[in-house]
Amino acid sequence: MIGADDDILTAAESWRAQGREVAIATVIETWGSAPRPVGSHLAIDQDGRFLGSVSGGCVEGAVVEEALDVIATGKPKTLEFGVADETAWKVGLSCGGRIKVYVERVER
Amino acid sequence: MKLELLKQLNAARRERRACVLVTELADGAQRFVAAQTLAGDPLAEEIDAALRAGKSGTVERDGAAYFLTVQVPPVRLVMIGAVHISQALGPIARIAGLDPVVIDPRTAFASPERFPDTPVLAQWPDEALEARPLDRYTAICLLTHDPKIDDRALTRALSAECFYIGALGSRKTHAKRIERMKAEGFDDAALARIHAPIGLDIGAVSPAEIAVSIAGEIVDALRKKPQRTERA
Repeated sequence: MIGADDDILTAAESWRAQGREVAIATVIETWGSAPRPVGSHLAIDQDGRFLGSVSGGCVEGAVVEEALDVIATGKPKTLEFGVADETAWKVGLSCGGRIKVYVERVER
Repeated sequence: MKLELLKQLNAARRERRACVLVTELADGAQRFVAAQTLAGDPLAEEIDAALRAGKSGTVERDGAAYFLTVQVPPVRLVMIGAVHISQALGPIARIAGLDPVVIDPRTAFASPERFPDTPVLAQWPDEALEARPLDRYTAICLLTHDPKIDDRALTRALSAECFYIGALGSRKTHAKRIERMKAEGFDDAALARIHAPIGLDIGAVSPAEIAVSIAGEIVDALRKKPQRTERA
C-alpha cells in the first residue's frame, strides 16, 4: 500500500518534468467501508490519463473530471462522495462508504 | 502543490527519510516537514503522532484544518541467516507487505537456489548493512545461532533503533548474548528491546510455523508500538 502510493507521486513528478499538466487527488477523510485508506493518491494529467486509486474504481471517473477543471483553473477543490449524496450513486460509490478527496494542481 | 514540494517528497522516499506534507485545507498553503527537523514546527506534536502511527489524516489547530500526508519508508525485514526459518519467513513477510532480504556470509546457505523468492546477500552483516543501513523502519531477525555472525548485526540493530529485533535461541543462549552485549556497552533498557525467544508463543514447531510466529510478532511490534512499555 505504501509502495504503490509512492509510485504515484514519482509518476506525477516525471509527468510534470515531461511538460504535462498534472493534478494530484488525495483521500483526506473516509467514513464507513471506504475501499481506500486516507492518504491514497490518484495522479491525473491534462489528457485525463491517471495512475493510482482513491476508491477502488468507484469514483475515479468523477475525480478525473474534476481534476481537469483544477488543472485549468489552478484552484484546489475538496470533493465529497457518499451514499447520502445522490450523485454518489450516479458515479457508483455503492460500497456504502463516504470519502472526501482533495484535488490540487502541481505547479512549476 | 509546488513542484519543489513534490520533488522533496520523492527524494525523501528514495533516501528512506520519514516526512510529512502539511496542507492547510482552507487556502491550500503547503509546507514540507522532515521528521528530523520537526522541532519548532507549529504542528510538531500532531506531526509526531502521525509519523509514529504512519497514518495520514486531518488535524485541527486554532480553528484551521490541516491535512497531513504522512510518508514513512517501506518497512524492511532483514534476516541474518539463510536458514530454514528464513526460507519460509521471506515469502510470508512479502505477502504481509514487508520488503525482505536475507544476509549470510556462508555461501553454501546463501544461494539463490535456496531463496528463489527473496533477495539474498552472501556477505558478512557488517558489509551488507554498510550498503543498506538499518533504521527505525526496519525489523531484524537473528537466525544463525552463531554469535560471530549474529552479534555483528545485533550491535548495529540496537544502535539504529530498529522497531523489531528478534533473536533465535534458548533462554540460556540469550542470557549469554545479553552478557556479550553488556560488555559492548548496551544497557538493560536497550537489551530489553530484543525479542527472545523469538516469535509469538503459539506452540510453533516446524521452521515454517516459527516463521509464522515471527511474522505475527513483527506486525505486533509495528502496529502496537505506542502501547509497548519496552520503548518507554
